[in-house]
Amino acid sequence: MILAGCDGDRTWRLQDYVARGGYSALKKILAEKTPQDAIIAELKTSVLRGRGGAGFPTGLKWSFMPRAFPGDKYLACNSDEGEPGTFKDRDILRYNPHSVIEGMIIAAYAMGAARGYNYIHGEIFEVYSRFEEALAEARAAGLLGQNILGSGFSFELFAHHGYGAYICGEETALLESIEGKKGQPRFKPPFPASYGLYGKPTTINNTETFASVPFIMNMGGEAFLNLGKPNNGGMKLFSISGHVNRPGNYEIPLGTPFSELLEMAGGMRGGRKLKAVIPGGSSSPVVPGNIMMDCTMDYDSISKAGSMLGSGAVIVMDETTCMVKALERLSYFYFEESCGQCTPCREGTGWLYRVVHRIENGLGRADDLELLNSVTTNIMGRTICALGDAASMPVQSFIKHFGAEFEYHIENKKCLVPPEVQYAGSQIYVSPSC
Amino acid sequence: MLSQESLQQIDREIAKYPPDQKQSAVMAALRIAQVEKGWLPKELIEFVARYLEMPPIAAYEVASFYNMYDLEPVGRHKITVCTNLPCALSGGVHAAEYVKQKLGIDFNETTPDGKFTLKEGECMGACGDAPVLLVNNHQMCSWMTTEKIDQMLADLDKK
Repeated sequence: MILAGCDGDRTWRLQDYVARGGYSALKKILAEKTPQDAIIAELKTSVLRGRGGAGFPTGLKWSFMPRAFPGDKYLACNSDEGEPGTFKDRDILRYNPHSVIEGMIIAAYAMGAARGYNYIHGEIFEVYSRFEEALAEARAAGLLGQNILGSGFSFELFAHHGYGAYICGEETALLESIEGKKGQPRFKPPFPASYGLYGKPTTINNTETFASVPFIMNMGGEAFLNLGKPNNGGMKLFSISGHVNRPGNYEIPLGTPFSELLEMAGGMRGGRKLKAVIPGGSSSPVVPGNIMMDCTMDYDSISKAGSMLGSGAVIVMDETTCMVKALERLSYFYFEESCGQCTPCREGTGWLYRVVHRIENGLGRADDLELLNSVTTNIMGRTICALGDAASMPVQSFIKHFGAEFEYHIENKKCLVPPEVQYAGSQIYVSPSC
Repeated sequence: MLSQESLQQIDREIAKYPPDQKQSAVMAALRIAQVEKGWLPKELIEFVARYLEMPPIAAYEVASFYNMYDLEPVGRHKITVCTNLPCALSGGVHAAEYVKQKLGIDFNETTPDGKFTLKEGECMGACGDAPVLLVNNHQMCSWMTTEKIDQMLADLDKK
């Protein structure tokens, strides 16, 4: 859908997008003066759920905007994709930026917003530059700015780049960042729909969510829903990384079996055995391989397996993986990226990293697993944003499913997986003393 | 303190935001200033703050919060290698070790000739392309085998 037909190097151009049927949904809405309510109702029928990770129904979110509010209203696109494992928005912006622009214009029309920003992850600066070019094309074609296509509707859209802060993917941190401040999340409520950018009503959606909108408007909400399964409408991009032969993005209907997705990604690298999968970005709980093989890729099935579909970032690990080392890398990430605002997260993520690090380095103590669990329960639910929970869930799930490996590390001061085996799998060199 | 070209670029960024929200352009303005000067000394951050009519401390807070701003001098080329889990599973740690060995420096160090600085990066949002590294913040290099790293370092050495 979003990435269909996007395998050339010019597919991001306006002309190519129009040739693929682009901007037809917007043109129809503007020509027919489709009521705002009808657009939101169509989205609700589609059961499009937020593609950034939370899976919140998009139609419902749009209906929260106070359309009758007379002042400024804003729209923001969250392209600050920095959750380990997630790399789908980069490809959408690289190969089909106009689908995001069209989706945002339709959203602005439906919610009465006059101005929008696309917040793009700092590390993909080349993509930011390309998006700016796509915006210039849209402006030149009269698709953005005053009186769009003579309809009387006006909307301005700009690109804003991050510069290296994972936390800005949290929507209120993203707003703070657009305001030119440190990206520290805000207390909620008030929610952005009443108090958002510059204190005005604001709706924030993920890149893939916006990009799906033109397709839903064209095919109808019912048809989109039927592409997936009930309560899990449509197609979804899955980013597969780790121990597979062909890592990359795969756009498939929600409800597709995991085993088929794995097959599409070329199967396990070196034909090795699947050990574990992180199914929805680094924050989602890890799932043992045998359980994962029985799952389908949709919100409900992954939730039943004790994890989350999240952003659709699937990190695949084979039998050569040391789970302690894997967790150590994730815990370092959250320690590094905690914004420092809430004490349980600022201090707790440091504790998590240091304890996992000492277990990995043969200095683990007998009660360390208990300590780790206690730190996570003292972080979870006690912070302004979800980063604290995101740091805790991997720790809890790794210990729950692979506790024996952690205990082996603590008792024997070395890894259950021999260093040369780890090296064969990931080219990670680990000294024999671990 | 900044060239006319940089100031014009900053003005274009300011125009993206409502007239009373100049501070919104601070992230772009600091990026533009860093590209011209190589890093962000305090005086430069202050200059950017004055240009945007915001308190210098607020600009400094931004510069110190986001990790792609350099508050200390770096080499002519800054190389940032991602070693997060998805990259690590596909040779990211190995790529970082190889760059260290080739340059004879560790993370957060600069070669004695001032040409290269090496940094360890967190997720760049390109895990499918692992090993991934960034050159001077803005150029992403994908699938970095040892041969490609050799070639990249040789090319950068000439610049």
